[in-house]
Amino acid sequence: MMNPPAFWQNGPAPGNFYSFPNMQPQMKPEESRQHSQGPVTTSTSILALAYDKGVIVAGDLLASYGSLARYTNCPRIFKVNNNIILGASGDYADFQYVKEFVEQKIITEECLDDGLFLKPKSLYCWLTRILYQRRSKMDPLWNNFVVAGIQDGQPFLGTVDKLGTAYTDKVICTGYGSYIATPLLRDAADKKPQLTLDEARAHIEKSLEVLYYRDARSFPKYQLGIIDVDQGVSIEGPLEISQNWNVAYSIKGY
Amino acid sequence: MSLALRPSFPDYESVSKHNNFNPYSDNGGSVVAIAGDDFVVVGADTRLSAGFSIYTREQSKLFPLSANTVLGCSGCWCDTLTLTRILKSRMQMYQQEHNKTMSTTACAQMLSIILYYKRFFPYYISNMLVGLDDEGKGCVYSYDPVGHCERRTFRASGSAGALLQPLLDNQIGKKNMLNAKEEPVSKEAALSILKDVFISAAERDIYTGDSILINIITKDGTTEETFQLRRD
Amino acid sequence: MFRNQYDSDVTVWSPQGRLHQVEYAMEAVNLGSATVGLKSDSHAVLIALKRASSELSAYQKKIINIDDHIGITISGLTADARILSRFMRSECLNYKYSHDSYLPLNRLISILGNKMQVCTQRYDRRPYGVGLLVAGFDDRGSHIYQTCPSANYYDCRAMSIGARSQSARTYLEKHLDKLAGCNLEELIKHGLRALRDTLPAEVELSTKNVSIGYVGKEQEFKILDEEETAPFLRLIEGEERRGAPPERSLGPLREDQGEEDRDPQAAVGLEAADHTMDTD
Repeated sequence: MMNPPAFWQNGPAPGNFYSFPNMQPQMKPEESRQHSQGPVTTSTSILALAYDKGVIVAGDLLASYGSLARYTNCPRIFKVNNNIILGASGDYADFQYVKEFVEQKIITEECLDDGLFLKPKSLYCWLTRILYQRRSKMDPLWNNFVVAGIQDGQPFLGTVDKLGTAYTDKVICTGYGSYIATPLLRDAADKKPQLTLDEARAHIEKSLEVLYYRDARSFPKYQLGIIDVDQGVSIEGPLEISQNWNVAYSIKGY
Repeated sequence: MSLALRPSFPDYESVSKHNNFNPYSDNGGSVVAIAGDDFVVVGADTRLSAGFSIYTREQSKLFPLSANTVLGCSGCWCDTLTLTRILKSRMQMYQQEHNKTMSTTACAQMLSIILYYKRFFPYYISNMLVGLDDEGKGCVYSYDPVGHCERRTFRASGSAGALLQPLLDNQIGKKNMLNAKEEPVSKEAALSILKDVFISAAERDIYTGDSILINIITKDGTTEETFQLRRD
Repeated sequence: MFRNQYDSDVTVWSPQGRLHQVEYAMEAVNLGSATVGLKSDSHAVLIALKRASSELSAYQKKIINIDDHIGITISGLTADARILSRFMRSECLNYKYSHDSYLPLNRLISILGNKMQVCTQRYDRRPYGVGLLVAGFDDRGSHIYQTCPSANYYDCRAMSIGARSQSARTYLEKHLDKLAGCNLEELIKHGLRALRDTLPAEVELSTKNVSIGYVGKEQEFKILDEEETAPFLRLIEGEERRGAPPERSLGPLREDQGEEDRDPQAAVGLEAADHTMDTD
């Protein structure tokens, strides 16, 4: 009726966007207005495994628009301070937002210069509160966070999702990894409860490879964050997932 | 201009956002509590799950509020985390204001009020508050998500609650049995029934399993016990 | 006490660069009964002298629990202390709620200091008329902090505030080197002796008028009741009481201290009896 004419054919009306993945089609304004929210620029799984003297966290560098592999150099594992590594999957913009205010919190703390540093359990709990508050406002931060760190000489590994659901475990994988990598890593952790760093790293690399074969939203370039009681924090990468597609020829029936 | 024909300027819309994001999740878990004359036992499985994923196999769902009060929670885990944090703060505030620890009966009332306060955006949790009352008798308070509270001597709640309650009615309440003698249950009997019903629950309910954490509360304090369940 | 024309408001400077209203507020601390705080490497102890405002009333509480790891003792207006302790409690609770760990002491004190400072810079406020000794234990060990109505705060190894507290400070200064290595019992004994030195000759420490609180590594802040206090009092019973304390202190407990005699004047001590606001 009074809708302005489209500027061009087959495009969105002025003031509207192309329909992004996971966005529900907008209802007409005459009816009740429905705004659906969902992740837009998404990143896939984070894998994390606690070993005898630390925690190892891995995640690839891809940020996708739905099925489009849009950005291929998006780091999402970062060092918070000497005690903590934070990793995230889900909406990349929300992750950047959270990263910014976690870093601000650390800067504020460093300015106090009182010799005290944020501990992983505190950050874990604090993220739980923030994410729960946002879900209670029905405006969630669309992420899964993985907090890895050292507290009182012991490895700490916990996760918080967009609702504020949080738990700690020796093995934590988010996204597609929770279906594919969790069983592999749990099996490894059950068979040998006190893994060494090298063993843990081998298991993580194997899981990344398997995940890369099966997860269509994954990418062969990844980052590895290691926090160790003796060696402290290191973020390695970009690394390359080793891949071997010879087996693909034998798969039939699709 | 009729309402139906007003022009659409999406950038200038100011109505409140409504979306179909679901703020709740069902994280499963079962809690069973049995009270006796001078004790109460409460057990909760340690599996935290969502859909077909097991998040972790070792999540305690029992939250000690004081030396002789324990809260067992199952349902939406993010609500559980929030509720129990609030309760712990409230326990400390009460302790500091009154210079004594809150009694189990007072906790029970407070929990009901806190739950009803969120009547129109409830904590989606099946709560079970157990402890010793002012006379030292075991008590079990069970709740619905919006704060309805009732005191019982035994109760099962959570994902396998509907499965286990009839079993407890029969085994402890001596319901539907001919010539059954109603006698107070002993601590040992309660403990073994508790383990048995969880074994049964783990057979039928995918959201219950891995292991159970049991708290036994007597006048001497709380003791903990664990018991393995099937992990599939 | 003399009056002058530059004390009409907290926001009024005197030509000498002083805020008289703030300085008056500092005097309120000296109206309260004496209280002592001291620490070793493993513990921090608070010991307070309690008073009853009349024969009919109970002894006023002097030591207040703030959180599992912090306790305070007060000297000055009790009503103001109540407000400050409520504030400190809620800060600790909020931190614990969001961070799942105890609020470090230095951070609590700096928040408190900022709150108290506002009252020394606005015409529609008055400074808090209470001094606090804050004892606590956190990741950086045991602490004793002193706060003043002027919103200054000090990190102390030992401190005493309140009426006739100079004698206690003198005792603490004399034994300062020994405190760090003390165990809890020795620390309490030192505290009791320091407090006893503030008493007039005819008064003795008793379970009724002494309050003890302590905190330490793996020891939540605990305030002893009368029964638990008695054994500690017995430990120093019969010891020879020291005579009149020397006027000059031997060494400062705090770096800024030393020149001014902070002891209350006799006139102030007498005034305390008829003071319109409750002080303890």
